[in-house]
Amino acid sequence: MTPMQKLLQLPVNAVNMVKTVQNQVQGFQEEDKSPVLSPDGAHQAWYSALQPDELRHLRSGGSGGGGGGGHNSEERAPLEEGGGGGGGQTQPLRHDDLKEMLDSNKDSLKLEAMKRIVAMIARGKNTSDLFPAVVKNVACKNIEVKKLVYVYLVRYAEEQQDLALLSISTFQRGLKDPNQLIRASALRVLSSIRVTIIVPIMMLAIKEAASDMSPYVRKTAAHAIPKLYSLDPEQKDQLIEVIEKLLADKTTLVAGSVVMAFEEVCPERIDLIHKNYRKLCNLLVDVEEWGQVVIINMLTRYARTQFLNPNLNECLLEEGGESTFYGSDADQDEDEDEDKKDEALSKRKPYVMDPDHRLLLRNTKPLLQSRNAAVVMAVAQLYFHLAPKAEVGVIAKALVRLLRSHSEVQYVVLQNVATMTIKRRGMFEPYLKSFYIRSTDPTQIKVLKLEVLTNLASETNISTILREFQTYIKSMDKDFVAATIQAIGRCATHIGEVRDTCLNGLVQLLSNRDELVVAESVVVIKKLLQMQPEKHSDIIKHMAKLTDNIQVPMARASILWLIGEYCEHVPKIAPDVLRKMAKTFTNEEDIVKLQIINLAAKLYLTNSKQTKLLTQYVLNLAKYDQNYDIRDRARFIRQLIVPTDKCGALSKYAKKLILALKPAPILESPFKDRDHFQLGSLSHLLNTKAGGYQELPDWPQDAPDPSVRNVEVKESVPEWTKCSSREKRKEKKVEKPFYSDSEGESGPTESADSESDSASSSASGSEQSGSGSEESEESEERSDSDEEEEEEEEEAKKRKTQKKEPIEAVQQSESEQSSEEEVKKRKVSIPPPRNVSESESDDDDSPSDSSQDSESEDSESEAEVKKKKKITPPKAPTKPVKKEGKKEKKEMSLLDFDDFEPTPSPQVTPVGNFLSSSLVTDLEGLSLTDTVLSPATISPSGSLKSYELLHRITGEGLWVEYCFSRQPFLPDPHMVAVQIQFTNSAATEAKSLRLEEAKLQSGMRVKEFPEIEVLPAGESATVVMGVDFCDSTQAANLQLCTHSRKFFVSIQPPVGELMTPSFMTENEFKKEQGQLMGMNEITEKMQLPERCQNEHAIVQRVIAAANLSRVPCGSDKECSSPAPPPPGPPVHRFAGRTVTSGSLVLVTVATKESGPSQLTINCEKMVIGTMLVKDILLALTQ
Amino acid sequence: MIHSLFLINHSGDIFLEKHWKSVIGRSVCDYFFEAKEKAAEPEDVPPVLQTPHHYLISIYRDRLFFLSVIQTEAPPLFVIEFLHRVVETFQDYFGECSETVIKDNVVTVYELLEEMLDNGFPLATESNILKEMIRPPTILRTMVNTLTGTSNFEERLPSGQLSTIPWRRSGVKYTNNEAYFDVIEEIDAIVDKSGTTVCAEIQGVIEACVKLTGMPDLTLSFMNPRLLDDVSFHPCVRFKRWEAERVLSFIPPDGNFTLMSYHVNAQNLVAIPVYVKQNISFFESGSGGRLDLTAGPKQTMGKTVEGLVITVHMPKAVLSASLTATQGSYTYDPATKVLVWDIGRLNPQKLPNLRGSLSLQAGAPKPEDNPSINIALKIQQLAISGLKVNRLDMYGEKYKPFKGVKYVTKAGKFQRPACVAISHFST
Repeated sequence: MTPMQKLLQLPVNAVNMVKTVQNQVQGFQEEDKSPVLSPDGAHQAWYSALQPDELRHLRSGGSGGGGGGGHNSEERAPLEEGGGGGGGQTQPLRHDDLKEMLDSNKDSLKLEAMKRIVAMIARGKNTSDLFPAVVKNVACKNIEVKKLVYVYLVRYAEEQQDLALLSISTFQRGLKDPNQLIRASALRVLSSIRVTIIVPIMMLAIKEAASDMSPYVRKTAAHAIPKLYSLDPEQKDQLIEVIEKLLADKTTLVAGSVVMAFEEVCPERIDLIHKNYRKLCNLLVDVEEWGQVVIINMLTRYARTQFLNPNLNECLLEEGGESTFYGSDADQDEDEDEDKKDEALSKRKPYVMDPDHRLLLRNTKPLLQSRNAAVVMAVAQLYFHLAPKAEVGVIAKALVRLLRSHSEVQYVVLQNVATMTIKRRGMFEPYLKSFYIRSTDPTQIKVLKLEVLTNLASETNISTILREFQTYIKSMDKDFVAATIQAIGRCATHIGEVRDTCLNGLVQLLSNRDELVVAESVVVIKKLLQMQPEKHSDIIKHMAKLTDNIQVPMARASILWLIGEYCEHVPKIAPDVLRKMAKTFTNEEDIVKLQIINLAAKLYLTNSKQTKLLTQYVLNLAKYDQNYDIRDRARFIRQLIVPTDKCGALSKYAKKLILALKPAPILESPFKDRDHFQLGSLSHLLNTKAGGYQELPDWPQDAPDPSVRNVEVKESVPEWTKCSSREKRKEKKVEKPFYSDSEGESGPTESADSESDSASSSASGSEQSGSGSEESEESEERSDSDEEEEEEEEEAKKRKTQKKEPIEAVQQSESEQSSEEEVKKRKVSIPPPRNVSESESDDDDSPSDSSQDSESEDSESEAEVKKKKKITPPKAPTKPVKKEGKKEKKEMSLLDFDDFEPTPSPQVTPVGNFLSSSLVTDLEGLSLTDTVLSPATISPSGSLKSYELLHRITGEGLWVEYCFSRQPFLPDPHMVAVQIQFTNSAATEAKSLRLEEAKLQSGMRVKEFPEIEVLPAGESATVVMGVDFCDSTQAANLQLCTHSRKFFVSIQPPVGELMTPSFMTENEFKKEQGQLMGMNEITEKMQLPERCQNEHAIVQRVIAAANLSRVPCGSDKECSSPAPPPPGPPVHRFAGRTVTSGSLVLVTVATKESGPSQLTINCEKMVIGTMLVKDILLALTQ
Repeated sequence: MIHSLFLINHSGDIFLEKHWKSVIGRSVCDYFFEAKEKAAEPEDVPPVLQTPHHYLISIYRDRLFFLSVIQTEAPPLFVIEFLHRVVETFQDYFGECSETVIKDNVVTVYELLEEMLDNGFPLATESNILKEMIRPPTILRTMVNTLTGTSNFEERLPSGQLSTIPWRRSGVKYTNNEAYFDVIEEIDAIVDKSGTTVCAEIQGVIEACVKLTGMPDLTLSFMNPRLLDDVSFHPCVRFKRWEAERVLSFIPPDGNFTLMSYHVNAQNLVAIPVYVKQNISFFESGSGGRLDLTAGPKQTMGKTVEGLVITVHMPKAVLSASLTATQGSYTYDPATKVLVWDIGRLNPQKLPNLRGSLSLQAGAPKPEDNPSINIALKIQQLAISGLKVNRLDMYGEKYKPFKGVKYVTKAGKFQRPACVAISHFST
């Protein structure tokens, strides 16, 4: 841009600015401060200097331009001209005018020119020769002109690629603009001009915009993805990366657009959805209508690949019971084989719906109330394809509602309803009357409604439907009447009871005055008669008489065919009909002629005496017919039926050939089997596969792993804390809460939902944060909030990098995060992740660790005190507590000696929860007596690993973990004590928590814990139960029941937990070891890592891996052994017995100064031995 | 998704085209014209057509065809619903949607289409947002524009796109804060010749006109929400609240919008407010016939029936009608064979009557079918279902708004010309 231009353009902007100040729209001023405008503060001066001039221009509508008054007259009627034929002559001339206007330096003139150009584009006129003149104005700062220039560019850039490149730099500058709307529109236009050469620039712009802080720009980026893909499909891989990134976006604004991009670019990459599935389900209600449609359709396909068919079992139960109208049983027959195969399987394993499957159904259901027909249809097809049979019914009412909408909507909905009624007739039966036809309906709607009514017909309602049909026959719309007669025919074929009634009705129609009605009836009667001809010879006779009057060829042909086919039933009339037909043969239509030949042939074969001459006459006429089909037919028939010497063996079979029994036609709905297309799709409507249609996959036989959809809790912790802090800030600044947020507040059910699963809470949380920033951006503190957002982004980036780093880093960040937080909040929300404690057990003295420890101790001690008050007294059975408490105390004291930091976190060391602090002190005295034993029975409490029994999301807020407390289970010494901790993170209390035996392996036994009557929201409870695993690592499958639900859970013991420590001296150990040689001994060499070299670490790790006790070494010196062992490398021995059978388990770890160490296990049970070797090896070498 | 849009008038001229991806030639419309030729009525043109390379999805509204071209699989309802939304936006902007209006405002129309779709995927369809970006023309502004040379585009960029509430623009200010709700009900019935109701149902909508400052949060409750059988909502309504408490809780868009539409269960037999006695017969000789229509009130709950219009679709053979009406006026269109009798207010003391003779085409056989009769009417101050609004509460803003509720019962507001279709079929 030349400086001159710049100067000339400034005044207009200045005028604009003054206006906006007058409007008192603050903030806009900032927006308009594009880099181009801002450089100097001199425009005020320019403004005053040029004002009078400018105002004159404005007033006169641009009289200062070259065209003068001529423009004015043209401007008044820009649309009238050029509409007619004279375009060829006037156009170049006017284009010159337009060019002049565009080149002028007044925005008003430019605008006028652009308006006229756009009007021409709209009418489909070619304005491509103006391209150079227009593209110059792309940098124009007047937004109105700019917009129209963009419109022009997008239309013509493809044709004038070289010139279009001139504009690219403007867009690139726009992409960096501080105003998000300018960034977005720059990207929008840049991606819309289909010029291949800028693909790399587009790619770069999209990538950048995908991580823009404004959700609106990110939405635009999502829109740009399919544009780039259609321009250059080679970019697919890179684009998928962007899509993946945007899929993780948590704003409703982006969700719909990115799923649309996903569907257009990589619909086959269903794996990208896993992690976002729950988020999408939860966001769905707040997404804009169009996005909802796309998301729902995609999720339908997704669910088909990931979940099991909910109707599999029902199919088996109802086999045959479901008397669907249209042989859809044929379908079932096919499935039957499969079903039977599955039968045994499914009887053993009752179907349980995946909670994610349920989530989808639950979250889409409210959308049936949408005002948008497309959304309703999308939900309806989702339910039809995915919901259990019993639940599909809910969509009927919504679909019937759509029938009151525009006729195009009705048309599409009725097509889909027609398909549905074939599969699920019962669903629409209550709404039968809604499909009654109105005289004002367009014909195509009438025909479709008829189709639905026919599909809905059953024994019970057929009389009403037929009465309704009777009124339709009197309609003035003949196409519709014909369709009605067809429909009656179909009802008659499928419902045996009314066949005669229908037939009689149709025969009455034969005397109708309207020939079309009669003809259609004849055709339908013909089909019906084929089913039982012998009963209805009188009808055939009646029809024979009709040949005199009826002229419609199809009807005549049908009658002739009937008489020929059943000539035995009407032996007297048939030859007479042939006689009449022979007379009129030459005047008949072709199809009638063919049927006359057929009739003649059939009569010749059955009744040759009477008809021989007639037949020959007809054949002779046909021989010289104009139509070659008829000539051929005549020749063929003659050879076949008239025996001559030349003809071969074929004539012997003439009777068999021509009078063969013909099967009755099956009248089928045209909508049969259409449901293999996804309902609501274009392909379904057209009944052919449309381009880009994604097949709806069949249900999988076995459900794929549901855990792929789990979103890491780790991630959600910082997310949550961050959000809440932002939320607080937001509340101060902005009065209005986010919409869905307030919804949560008002609707109690909602809040329960969202708190119950981490996915939704994190999702909505971030949404809030997103919206918070948006709102604050609206307010004047824009720059401020921008900073925040950047901060947030940085944090997010940090988080991502940290994920890859070792756990310590995560811990650190977490401790940072949590230190900002109030302790209370943290306790209520999400317990710290498990792996924190795992890493604690490592002797890792990094500074971060210690800080974390101290911090968490603070917070947790407080939390624990509270918890103890509530939980401890009523719940845990007192007896085992005392015992456990005793040991616990011992351990604690010892651990202190070893300089081991206990830092118990609530769910990791559940033992701690059992004990009120007073009880611990009480027991202190007792523990002293056993001090001798204690070194052998080290079992570091911090290393107790807990396992998840029920995930918070699956359990709808109930979170259950279990760990092996390693205490003897008193009621039965042959059982392993399993400690179970319930945490209720839902908003409502959980009642009557108990376990029920489900399917245990033979021999396994379970001692349940006493039922927990009430678990208030936000509280935890711990119980102990015993399980006899029969010395195997098979999981115990149990049923966890609450007052409202049942969950299938399983407890899987690691092999190390299947034993109890047993105390023995080194000598005893060696003696026992000597007896367990050979097959019972397993030896493995290993290289111990540096930090595992010392004795303490080895003992620590072995005992963590298996519940064994250490055999005191060196103690044998006193006991016995004449020859003291040679001072060699230290050997560590551990001993235990399996819980059920009491078999010995002996573990020896021999370390060497140099070279590999050796691990030996002697055990009677070889399976246990081999598994234990693996576990200990893993523990030691890790 | 949506590739191009063509607007076609009744006589088959393409008067506007818009392409969102590369340009598609007009010749693609030939397939549509072919189908249009085949169809007897414009309503009978199939909404979805398949051509060798494209799919055509069209709607017919206000005597215009909106024909969209798509190339790949897309839910047909999605496209149809969008096209209807386009028409509604035009109506919202220009008051009506006709060829002249679109031609007069072609630039605004083009701008709107540009904003509504991006790459064929809907971008901004909420009227509140569109109006911030592209101002609707008003007479005053048009005058000012011609005088000053400015246009009716917004000079500043909208902020609404980024508002958390996508359907409400920000910074709304009014001096008089008002909220009006019109409860409009329509009866939809089929009555057979003997006068028995084959089926009858009530459709209702609540049209709102809300002009309130700031971000009001409204709660509308009904006296008898149980009446409502099936409902659908504007996206602003919080569905959870409705499920739990049966109240409508929402932050309204600014201006006019349809808050909800509902259906009243037809279980409790709907009373049809008027009856029509009809006697139409044709002479055996085949040269003419007689017509005698009388309308009267049935159950109007003490309210007067207004705007009564009776429409009779005559058999094709009827050439003309010479009738006398005791009240109102009648017209007979020999081209469409529709007799319209505009009665106006129904006076229960003096029942309106229309009688006279019909002349038939010479030589045509005696028409057999009894013509169907449609009735359109209006009753003010009455929602025939008995639905009553209980109260309207506002939260979030300090001022006291003026509130108003109006009840209207109608027949015939839908796209189809009349909704009380009393179809006389001899059974």
